[in-house]
Amino acid sequence: MRLLATTIIALRALRRNKLRSALTALGIIIGVAGVIATVAIGNGAKVQVESQIASLGRNVVTIFPGSFSSGGARGGFGSASTLTIDDMEAIRRDVADIVAISPEVSDRNQVLANGLNWSTQVRGVSPEYLSVRAWDTDTGTMFSDQDLRSAAKVCVIGATIVKQLFPNSDPLGQTIRIRNIPFIIRGVLESKGFNFFGQDQDDTIMVPYTTHMRRLNRRTTVSTILIESASPAVMPRIQQDTTDLLTQRRRGREPDFTVRNQLELAQTATATARIMTLLLGSVAGVSLFVGGIGIMNIMLVSVTERTREIGIRLAIGAHDRDIRVQFLIEAMVLSVLGGIAGVLLGTGLSQALSSVTGWAVLVSTNAVLISVGISAFVGIVFGFYPAHKAAKLDPIEALRFE
Amino acid sequence: MSTPVVQLRDIRKTYRNGDLEVHAVRGISLDIQIGEFIAIMGASGSGKSTLMNTLGCLDRPTSGEYLLDGVNVADLERSARADLRNQKLGFVFQGFNLLARTTALENVELPMLYAPRRVSGEEMKRRAMAALDIVGLGKRFDHLPSQLSGGQQQRVAIARALVNEPRLLLADEPTGNLDSKTSVEVMGVFQRLNEQGITIVMVTHELDIASYCKRILVVRDGLVVRDEPVQNRMIASEQLAKLHSAEAEAKLTTTAPAA
Ligand SMILES: Nc1ncnc2c1ncn2[C@@H]1O[C@H](COP(=O)(O)OP(=O)(O)OP(=O)(O)O)[C@@H](O)[C@H]1O
Ligand SMILES: [Mg+2]
Repeated sequence: MRLLATTIIALRALRRNKLRSALTALGIIIGVAGVIATVAIGNGAKVQVESQIASLGRNVVTIFPGSFSSGGARGGFGSASTLTIDDMEAIRRDVADIVAISPEVSDRNQVLANGLNWSTQVRGVSPEYLSVRAWDTDTGTMFSDQDLRSAAKVCVIGATIVKQLFPNSDPLGQTIRIRNIPFIIRGVLESKGFNFFGQDQDDTIMVPYTTHMRRLNRRTTVSTILIESASPAVMPRIQQDTTDLLTQRRRGREPDFTVRNQLELAQTATATARIMTLLLGSVAGVSLFVGGIGIMNIMLVSVTERTREIGIRLAIGAHDRDIRVQFLIEAMVLSVLGGIAGVLLGTGLSQALSSVTGWAVLVSTNAVLISVGISAFVGIVFGFYPAHKAAKLDPIEALRFE
Repeated sequence: MSTPVVQLRDIRKTYRNGDLEVHAVRGISLDIQIGEFIAIMGASGSGKSTLMNTLGCLDRPTSGEYLLDGVNVADLERSARADLRNQKLGFVFQGFNLLARTTALENVELPMLYAPRRVSGEEMKRRAMAALDIVGLGKRFDHLPSQLSGGQQQRVAIARALVNEPRLLLADEPTGNLDSKTSVEVMGVFQRLNEQGITIVMVTHELDIASYCKRILVVRDGLVVRDEPVQNRMIASEQLAKLHSAEAEAKLTTTAPAA
């Protein structure tokens, strides 16, 4: 096959009509740019969700009060808790491969310091809580096991509290009043920013759960128990063992708790992100398809418009195959160049969008390869019919065409 | 005598439009020897173009035998006929039929791009330039058809027809769209080519254009009714010289009063 010559012919034909070529490619450019940008946004969202889930902690298994799994009109997720410190101690004792474990009791309180006041979430936790949440203090230290045992009036505070109550001074060692009880500040937490529910994670004060349950909010139950597993692999087993243990401790009563592991949460969240990517991507895919039809449309028009040219070529000795391949190459060059331009445009578009909106975007190599591949495919598929039509022309009739 | 370039034996062509049959060619037999220069004349609708298209392997006769260089081409398939057109035949059309927005050079290179054997880019350019030089347009190789006069466009078309060194040059009313002086120029190009041994068959309506050829065929209703050598053959270079001196005189007379 005279592929080289035909390629030269096709490129010359494209160069001869730059405007028509550009318009033909435009459909593909827009389609591919759309795919690239939407998939980049979707991927960015997925990565962000994943990193936020990672910020929840390391290999965390969480026990919530209330039951999801038993149908009917039960109390449900987050209803009055029956989880106790005894439950937690039993888990610590009987379930293997636990690195750290902490309860969490929390309520909102008005807090005072430095003559300023602020309403925030006060959490009762164990010192291990920071390990579970993959968190650490920025300055100072976490309160100790000794503080926990003695229900000491000590706390660590988040970055937002520092900003609100200690704008110009070092909070370490100072006193903060929660429900009028003075607490000594032992440490300031690292800033964690917002979680994916949009909550400011730094707007918090942590106190020993013993202090919280005895002095702040007289309660015998906790709102959650968080377990840090030794590895992701043992998470499902810890989840199962914990469930069994708590069920056994409830002696045949309906289960009034739910045990979740972080993996499940991550899976749900990334599944959501994936559905979003898929949705956006398929909308963009449809526009790519429409771009392909656009190519076919213009190629068909151009076959008619170029009937005389085709006649000349046939008269001069072009085979049917030469004409067909020429039109196919034209369609392919347009769609591949359109695809590349689309990739550049889509990448630029997603960068611009990210800098304007602050969304995370991630241009994936796969999306680039796939959409360029698809556009080449679209070029061949939608170029084929016009090319075939052109090749079948009768030279005399084509030459006579006005 | 060597074998004729073209041997037609009882060529017939019938067009069928529904129930209506048009007998465009009804039995033409004809030999064309190497080095001939033939003008085909005849009334409109007499079948000249049909005959030319058959000779040019653009169309198949309904019946009859056509030997080109001793090879029967009447029932070759489409791509074999395409190769024949490319290698053995050169076609010049009334409407020039150059590719628009394509330089003279690229237009002339076109037949080499479709040649059965690959021609290198360098050789393509060299041969195309040589062909343009033959028709006197070597300096205008990078002009687009829109930047050339009708006569110049027709010369580019002739260069394109020549570039693969065909056995037979066919021209259907090559001067039909040209004024008389430009027509003589084009006939001059044909006469020079013919002197170099190229066989030419052309269609024309004008007797004075036909008188630059060597043999005239007259076609009527699909049959050759006359076939005779040209008497008082005209030489394009002489006619052009006469035209030039006449022009020069005209200029002198028109500019004299102003001077
Ligand atoms: N494709 C076709 N279908 C039907 N009839 C045709 C076709 N082509 C030519 N004819 C008819 O065949 C006859 C010969 O046509 P042709 O074109 O050969 O004439 P011509 O001698 O070249 O005329 P002109 O001097 O006007 O160019 C005419 O009657 C024409 O109508
Ligand atoms: Mg005609």
